[in-house]
Amino acid sequence: MTDAASPQAPTRQRSFFDQFELDTRLLGMIGAFAILALTFHFVTEGRFLTPRNVFNLTIQTVSVALMATGMVFVIVLRHIDLSVGSLLATCSAMMAMTQTVVTPEWLGLGLNHPATAPIAIAVGILTGAVIGAFHGWLVGYLGIPAFIVTLGGLLVWRNVAWYLTRGQTIGPLDENFQLFGGINGTLGETWSWVVGGLAVAAALWALWNSRRNKVRHDFPVKPLWAEAVIAAVIAVAILGFVWLLNSYEIPQARLERMFEDRGEAMPEGFTQGYGLPISVVLLILVAIVMTVVAQRTRLGRYIFAAGGNPEAAQLAGIDTRMLTVKVFAIMGVLCAISAVVASSRLTFHSNDIGTLDELRVIAAAVIGGTALSGGIGTIYGAILGALIMQSLQSGMAMVGVDAPLQNIVVGAVLVLAVLIDIIYRRRTGDRT
Amino acid sequence: MSNDRPDIDRPDIDRTGTPLIELRDMQKSFGGIHAVDHVSIDLYPGEVVGVLGHNGAGKSVLMKMLSGALPRDGGEIYVKGERAVINNPRDARRYRIETIYQYLALADNLDAAANLFLGRELVTPTGLVDDARMEAETRKIMSRLNPNFRRYSAPVKALSGGQRQSVAIARAVYFNAEILIMDEPTAALGVEETRMVAELIDELKRQGLGIFLIDHDIHQVKALCDRASVMKNGRLVGTVDVHEASEDDLLGMIIAGKKPGEPGGAEEVLGAAVH
Ligand SMILES: Nc1ncnc2c1ncn2[C@@H]1O[C@H](COP(=O)(O)OP(=O)(O)O)[C@@H](O)[C@H]1O
Ligand SMILES: [Mg+2]
Repeated sequence: MTDAASPQAPTRQRSFFDQFELDTRLLGMIGAFAILALTFHFVTEGRFLTPRNVFNLTIQTVSVALMATGMVFVIVLRHIDLSVGSLLATCSAMMAMTQTVVTPEWLGLGLNHPATAPIAIAVGILTGAVIGAFHGWLVGYLGIPAFIVTLGGLLVWRNVAWYLTRGQTIGPLDENFQLFGGINGTLGETWSWVVGGLAVAAALWALWNSRRNKVRHDFPVKPLWAEAVIAAVIAVAILGFVWLLNSYEIPQARLERMFEDRGEAMPEGFTQGYGLPISVVLLILVAIVMTVVAQRTRLGRYIFAAGGNPEAAQLAGIDTRMLTVKVFAIMGVLCAISAVVASSRLTFHSNDIGTLDELRVIAAAVIGGTALSGGIGTIYGAILGALIMQSLQSGMAMVGVDAPLQNIVVGAVLVLAVLIDIIYRRRTGDRT
Repeated sequence: MSNDRPDIDRPDIDRTGTPLIELRDMQKSFGGIHAVDHVSIDLYPGEVVGVLGHNGAGKSVLMKMLSGALPRDGGEIYVKGERAVINNPRDARRYRIETIYQYLALADNLDAAANLFLGRELVTPTGLVDDARMEAETRKIMSRLNPNFRRYSAPVKALSGGQRQSVAIARAVYFNAEILIMDEPTAALGVEETRMVAELIDELKRQGLGIFLIDHDIHQVKALCDRASVMKNGRLVGTVDVHEASEDDLLGMIIAGKKPGEPGGAEEVLGAAVH
């Protein structure tokens, strides 16, 4: 059988960079982020890329980044979720009430019982899953546009949260619960190195496994030296990040208090870095799980197929209505996880928690290359998108840009990022 | 014009046994419109049955009921003599019924292998999607059907119409289709690509598949089909042996909705049109 109308790509000389077979979109985003960070570093006379600021930047990004990974699935499936900020508030309110009223009083566990945080988190995740699934049912089975369902949800859940707490600020939250908040829960230097080492090992194993798989099926592979360079870059990036966070030192006064609490005396000249925040480790775990779901499971494959061509997916026997329920349920669970991080970072639940997060989350996903027309998006892109937005915001705050101008810039960057993405796709022949 | 293409050996179809497919009294309405109105057609192994008719005649709706994409209002489907329960596309696939559409069937953003296995992914022992094995299988089948195909890692959006259609056909062949439904498979293809699909239809027919072919090109129907069923306004005008009916007979059935020889049939209508 012939194939006359198929211009085969001419076998061209592979350049040095081609040998790496890198994802140019990922490189572009990392490049944009690097330029942004270096510019702020320069303008603030070296205050931007300090261990302290990088630490703050990462913990500020986690909440939005967590939800952005779920928004990728929602948008890939050609839907939208405008309710995530409000859903976060309802989950946060449910968890706050659970740990300040239900477990200490109704269950009689008292304050800071070890079971409190797990119970509260379970309640939050269940709440998020049920509400998300309900949204998905309204969209998938009843055919109400997601825009409308979640616009309604934006109003409904913000105010359900208000009723749950009668409009009060609820806190302080459980001590163990607060470990997810960032500065109150870090791994310390030793454990950070351990986690960093494990991450490097896992990355190397993934690279090696993928290569072995290709060899087994006689697919072309990169030259070994290119593979080694990539592995080295990844290892340096991970360990460099750990090193940076480890060199943000816990203040002496705080260290002394920590030793006092344990009834010990602090040795002379003792110092300790914060290391990796638990919330950041949580984000990394969620990112890995979501990436595996997207790329290596049937669920993920069906989300992308149905986003690319809903009719084709249905004709292939995929139940797209149930798929919609699952995707919104995942979004709800991520709102709950995000609520854990956001409320424990504040150390209390407040009424306005998560306000406007829907816009930040959608912007992060879109800046990260998720196409609103569906079928295209990556988890790492959304996280990088969240990081870029947060850097822009904190960088401008550091430079002393007024809040209104900050918002103007962020809005303009969102539109510009999408324009660049459209141009990029047009040039690479990808769909928009 | 000769009815048979000289280069293809076309044995007579044995229609004494059990048909591969019997569509009996199929019905479907949308609102007050009878899209398919008591239609019965059968299909034998190794046979290509053309389904003809104007746009809106009900051809696609009839085929969608067979492929499980549309629920039917009435009628029964028999596969190899047994009553078949077909309520969704998965059911149809279980009976080895595969469908090739011109526009609908591929997810543009996924590559050839992901499309070929869509809904039936190969998985690793841990339950994860096994892309490497699916690509290897795709390479095997494509090297048979379309040896020039190279673009395994590109999204199918980037492929030509003929390449896309060969992916869709590979899907049917890979999963051992016994009944193939092709709904205007060449409508958007160029001359060369159309010839490629036509050759493939002949090849599959020789392997004993039964094929329903919806096609607007009367020449192609004459060349590829054994029988033709003509529909008009949801009703079956009739089913004729393509070797016995002339192109004018077929056109008359399509336009006038009468079988050859019937009063008001092909001869009169075409005669009137000429004079
Ligand atoms: N999903 C649908 N909803 C309503 N009407 C439909 C639907 N699908 C087809 N029809 C109608 O049924 C009739 C037959 O359509 P179809 O089978 O697609 O025609 P064709 O013979 O051109 O393939 C047409 O009148 C069409 O408008
Ligand atoms: Mg049709």
